[in-house]
Amino acid sequence: MAAASTSFQSAPTQTNAHRTSSASTDALLDVRALSLAFQTSEGELPIIREVSFSVAPGERVGIVGESGCGKTVTGLSLLRLLPEQTARLSGQILFEGRDLATLSARQMRAVRGRDMAMIFQEPMSALDPVFTVGEQIGEAYRAHFPVDRKEARQRAIAALAEVGIPAPERRCDEYPHQLSGGMRQRVMIAMALICQPKLLIADEPTTALDVTVQSQITDLLRTLSERTGTALLFITHDLGVVAETCTRMITMYAGEVVEDAPVDDVLMKPRHPYTSGLLRSLPSLSARRSVLPSIPGRVPSPNAMPAGCRFAPRCSYAAESCQVRQTLVALGPQHAVQCCRAAEISLPGAVN
Amino acid sequence: MSVRNLRILFPTRDGSDTVKAVDDIDFDVFQGETLGIIGESGSGKTTLGRALVSLIKPSEGQVLHQGRDPATLGRAEFRRHRRDYQIVFQDPNAALNPRMTILDSVIEPAEVLKEGNDASRRKAGLAVLSRVGLPREFADRYSHQLSGGQKQRVNIARVLMLRPKVIVCDEVVAALDVSIRGDVLNLFADLQREFGLTYVFITHDISVVSHISDRIAVTYLGKLMELGSAEDIIERPLHPYTQALLSAEPLPLPSAMRTARRIVLEGEIPSPISPPSGCRFRTRCPVAQPRCADDVPAWRELKPGHWVACHFSTADGPPSNDAIPQHDSKQGGLR
Repeated sequence: MAAASTSFQSAPTQTNAHRTSSASTDALLDVRALSLAFQTSEGELPIIREVSFSVAPGERVGIVGESGCGKTVTGLSLLRLLPEQTARLSGQILFEGRDLATLSARQMRAVRGRDMAMIFQEPMSALDPVFTVGEQIGEAYRAHFPVDRKEARQRAIAALAEVGIPAPERRCDEYPHQLSGGMRQRVMIAMALICQPKLLIADEPTTALDVTVQSQITDLLRTLSERTGTALLFITHDLGVVAETCTRMITMYAGEVVEDAPVDDVLMKPRHPYTSGLLRSLPSLSARRSVLPSIPGRVPSPNAMPAGCRFAPRCSYAAESCQVRQTLVALGPQHAVQCCRAAEISLPGAVN
Repeated sequence: MSVRNLRILFPTRDGSDTVKAVDDIDFDVFQGETLGIIGESGSGKTTLGRALVSLIKPSEGQVLHQGRDPATLGRAEFRRHRRDYQIVFQDPNAALNPRMTILDSVIEPAEVLKEGNDASRRKAGLAVLSRVGLPREFADRYSHQLSGGQKQRVNIARVLMLRPKVIVCDEVVAALDVSIRGDVLNLFADLQREFGLTYVFITHDISVVSHISDRIAVTYLGKLMELGSAEDIIERPLHPYTQALLSAEPLPLPSAMRTARRIVLEGEIPSPISPPSGCRFRTRCPVAQPRCADDVPAWRELKPGHWVACHFSTADGPPSNDAIPQHDSKQGGLR
């Protein structure tokens, strides 16, 4: 191992070409028809259905949707972090051409944290309170590289410096409770990136943070991704965060991908009524004190899914043709939508 | 309502120190208005909200309700008095008793006050439930059978049951999905028009507060930084903290339409046990001067109705804009 002076070596600059969910051979991650069901006492409960999307090397993709749309379980199933006994996965998770869904537990452990890492919403519950942050970051490195404790510590200090923690030599020996919420999330990022993974899955990493700290963390994730070429899969309910951080946005509804498009396109001209509804319900886009638009109803529960378009019961554009199951259709080289009426309706976006 | 030199101190767990949650705050809430209070966590906004409805006793200073200090009232009188001043909390789950039906929860406040009889309370309870947009069949359900948005409607119904004059709303939409947030905010606006309610809306969400407020107060570490009309605060803030807070708000705009420059604040809000000397914001302020460490900035009215606590702000804007290190907020898209 080289000296630990720079922790995240810069990778060659990646081209951030936008891609649709159609299978592309040069994708870093290519998820094909991924379905997930939980075994319960009342039988199988389908949670996500035939989710397909891809992430190019160095690309930053946001996954948005209301709570209960399957965003978090999608992220967890990519890393196979769901309980094997009850979670039934089908479909393919092609990561650099290798199907993660078929790997043994041992092979999967070599991927987790090394090639693909994840950070979570609540950093305090993800950190172990009885070890120093330096030990925990170093452990993540030692799990994949044969180095001694001394070098792991040096690498942990460099990683802490990289994520903007002042006095990293001192902070390295502190325990999680001694750090603030924003610092803890930086520690999580340092731990996730110490092995220079090719893909970082971030599940609502800023939801528990104040807006001034949130902007620090999203800036950090974006600059680290740009500098190291790590691709980012950013799971969030905040469309503003996606607009500022990502290049492409995937909208999930009731366990399905309903729209997949470059961020700028979808903000200007969403093609799915659900994406449009999410955008329009943001208070910042309505005139002060005017009546706010909203989406009536709620996400259907997994055991009571509508047979046709899952969004139809809440959709003001629903028609006869929506009674049959919908498929994700490409509208252009970079824009795909799961709505049979997409071509005939014109939907309001963030800017009108 | 008038808040006069309000100070609320809590002892730390070992009793060796005090947390200055609210430290010498002065402002008025006008009848029928919506006053928004924004600030980061730890800025004392929840403590302030609780003090407004007499859930916390002021350590110093007063909260006056129409000129009367509730702390001076006798027990029985205080009980009658406080029904006019209600609060709705952030977590709609925690605020409802899981073993009571929705209707029982709604009429409980009237029972406590021994208002009317069973039949009249039931009738009034059903009326407020329908007013907040919940169908009749919800009355006999339990809270776990409701969604977050519906539970928050029940909490609003409970408070309406007492026909209050003032409602303090503490992060009432923070736990709700953005798709239903609009509905609940619309309901608050309708109820205000119908009953002439006064709201104090406490939130960390700038887009929510700017949408619903007539005036906005900005808190930082137990102090007010700025207070003014919603338009002035959002469009023409005079305090560097307000300016930075607003610029941190992520906007769902395509990169071509982003013009705002982001001011990145260093670090996080300091501990309220030993706040910085002088101006509390100086440790993170991009334009701090030596004087800021020595003198506490006066609470000055720079424009009619627009108050600011900064030595260097003028009626034209925050101090020396050019000196603030700004950089273009980098866009999502690479082009």
